[in-house]
Amino acid sequence: MVELAALYHTITAVVEDKPGVLARVASMLSRRGFNITNLSVGHSETPSLSRMTFVVEGDEWVVEQVTKQLYKLIDVVRVSDISDDAIVVREMALIKVKSTPETRPGIMQIVDIFRADIVDVATDALIIEVTGDEGKVDALIQLLKPFTIKETMRTGRVAMARGGTATGAKKTSSETTDHNAPDTEVVP
Amino acid sequence: MQLTGAQIVCECLLREGVDVMFGLPGGAIMPFYQTLPEYPALKHILVRHEQNAGHAADGYARASGKVGVCVATSGPGATNLVTPLANAMMDSIPVIALTGQVPRAAIGRDAFQETDTTGITMPVTKHNYLAMHAADLPRIFKEAFHIARTGRPGPVLIDLPRDVLEEIAEFDYPAEVSLRGYKPTPEGSGRMIKRAANLIEDSCRPIILAGHGVLISGASRELQELAEKAQIPVITTLLGISSFSSDHMLSMGMPGMHGQAHNNWAINKADLIIGIGMRFDDRVTGKISTFAPGAKVIHIDIDPAEVGKNVRVTVPIVGDARRVLRALSKEVAVTTRPDWLGEIDELKARHPGMPTSDAGKILPQQVIRDLHRATTGKAIVVTGVGQHQMFAAQHYGFTEPNTWITSGGLGTMGFEVPAAMGAAVARPDMTVWSIAGDGGFQMTLSELATIVEQRLPIKFAILNNNSLGMVRQLQDLFYGGARVATAYSGNPDFVKLAEAYGIWAIRVSDPAQVRDSIDRANAVDGPALLDFEIAPEENVYPHLPAGGTASEMIEGPVAPVGTSKKEAPAWLS
Repeated sequence: MVELAALYHTITAVVEDKPGVLARVASMLSRRGFNITNLSVGHSETPSLSRMTFVVEGDEWVVEQVTKQLYKLIDVVRVSDISDDAIVVREMALIKVKSTPETRPGIMQIVDIFRADIVDVATDALIIEVTGDEGKVDALIQLLKPFTIKETMRTGRVAMARGGTATGAKKTSSETTDHNAPDTEVVP
Repeated sequence: MQLTGAQIVCECLLREGVDVMFGLPGGAIMPFYQTLPEYPALKHILVRHEQNAGHAADGYARASGKVGVCVATSGPGATNLVTPLANAMMDSIPVIALTGQVPRAAIGRDAFQETDTTGITMPVTKHNYLAMHAADLPRIFKEAFHIARTGRPGPVLIDLPRDVLEEIAEFDYPAEVSLRGYKPTPEGSGRMIKRAANLIEDSCRPIILAGHGVLISGASRELQELAEKAQIPVITTLLGISSFSSDHMLSMGMPGMHGQAHNNWAINKADLIIGIGMRFDDRVTGKISTFAPGAKVIHIDIDPAEVGKNVRVTVPIVGDARRVLRALSKEVAVTTRPDWLGEIDELKARHPGMPTSDAGKILPQQVIRDLHRATTGKAIVVTGVGQHQMFAAQHYGFTEPNTWITSGGLGTMGFEVPAAMGAAVARPDMTVWSIAGDGGFQMTLSELATIVEQRLPIKFAILNNNSLGMVRQLQDLFYGGARVATAYSGNPDFVKLAEAYGIWAIRVSDPAQVRDSIDRANAVDGPALLDFEIAPEENVYPHLPAGGTASEMIEGPVAPVGTSKKEAPAWLS
């Protein structure tokens, strides 16, 4: 996946930081048959709230339904489709690559080019840490394959709006009546 | 005030206006039960099976407009509540379920009667809670009742570990609910309401599809006002039945799979569909791509996720049906539509609807119509799911809001017995008729004992064809008559069975005795049961095949409808 097609949407949700919230979200998404290619979750800047980032596969109807069904969960506070916003998208990956004294310089060269880091060295392997958008991570993995990748662990994408505004702020919010009264004709 | 968790639960229930609950105890929930004697204002009705406690709470909620409460213990008690919770979820019924749970330290260790209740019920509840501290109980109960009864109502489950019920905590009931992720918006957008009014005025062939939301928000009068002012015919969905009086000039009946044929044709011809508190369910629309092909759609619903879910909407209005209809009526001008109403009369004449075979036996349609006459349409009618349900929906002729209680979305057989129990508890001033099939009745008849214990004067009409009639009908119509697993060849003697419970009962097999038997049952001081031996091959018509279109409707058992010379039987008048 070098470039995300329009079929993929990035949605962020602000949710209550309570036990079971991830299960509620995952249960709803799976029982309604939504295809989530990517989900990451972590604490937000507010102590009692977490932020989730989803990548949803589907058309406008799917995105609207995912958004509305997420809103129906009591623990979901705000949902925004930020696909069309100016955003910074990143994911991190840890990649364990087989290495020998002979191959190590070659690997290090690639790591340098990608501005990635080697965070663990052993006699027979290296762990590489890389941060970037999916395309960059994909490309690095591609280049490391000939050296034999033993393990890959990717975080999934996190996204944030550029500039001073909060992520998703210009979109719907549960504080306004906007999402509850979708007053456009785009409703399919 | 320092109280035990169990006392706090009781205090919370009282503060939320609960006066009755349906349940069955067990180990984990015992601290709650053993506290009940301290709270005589909380009446507990002991049932025979937890599923029935759930359906009874559901029936109670539908008949009273209040929140229904059911109680079960952990493990099997809780899992037995899954069906009624799913039923309440699908039909938007405010129910609170209290379940016992193993002590906190035992959670996750596969303790005796442990099950992941909140995990299991997550998809079938509007929200659920696992209470981990007695001090959290007041907030949890305040939120739970608020969530259950506001917005689009639904069931909320509270899982109560035994040691939380025994834990001492300070009781202070919160005055306000603060849920930043839950803020229903009952007011519809004024701009959208104006646009809807314009669409109504510009339309030539509008139709209202009134659903359960009209009843939930108490909008029957507002619906009638709009329909009359703008002269719009009203079709009521299965759950919308009784929201608009069936003897009103603009009343059309039911749409969809077993709706009157003229309704599906009228929807086909309509240029505007106004869906109110309904969700364009597949049983209503048939094949979605050919549903109302020439119509714009105004969709009024309190649940934003329903708007645009199944059909393309021209004007979405998210709000409470009553408030939106009130505002919409003000915006709409008085109109006459002689052409459209004339066209509908013509459709009605061409599709005279619901023909029956005449087998010389009791026809289920006759039983329903005689029930209407005997009760002057004033009883609360509760049904299960299947042929008897559709016959009741088509033929009873409801005129009073909330007199029709049925399992719609989930389609739960057996609902008719426990839900009637709940309705009878809620409305002691009304006669409650439970119309049952012999199949569903046998799923939940254990509650006859509870009904006798509670002296609930419920009248049962079993439309007995010794089979799972609706499945048999599907086999005959769509599976070449291959009857697999639908015959009940060893049904019990329902009269003797009822008598074993101490319930007055008779068997009726003569069509001439139908009305008289109903009158006799109504005259019984207490519960009564009529076992009607009905024509076993009788089918529900029309039958729109699942995913079909109006033109694929099977309108009756005889040659093309409208050409039949058969005289209508006298009771059909």
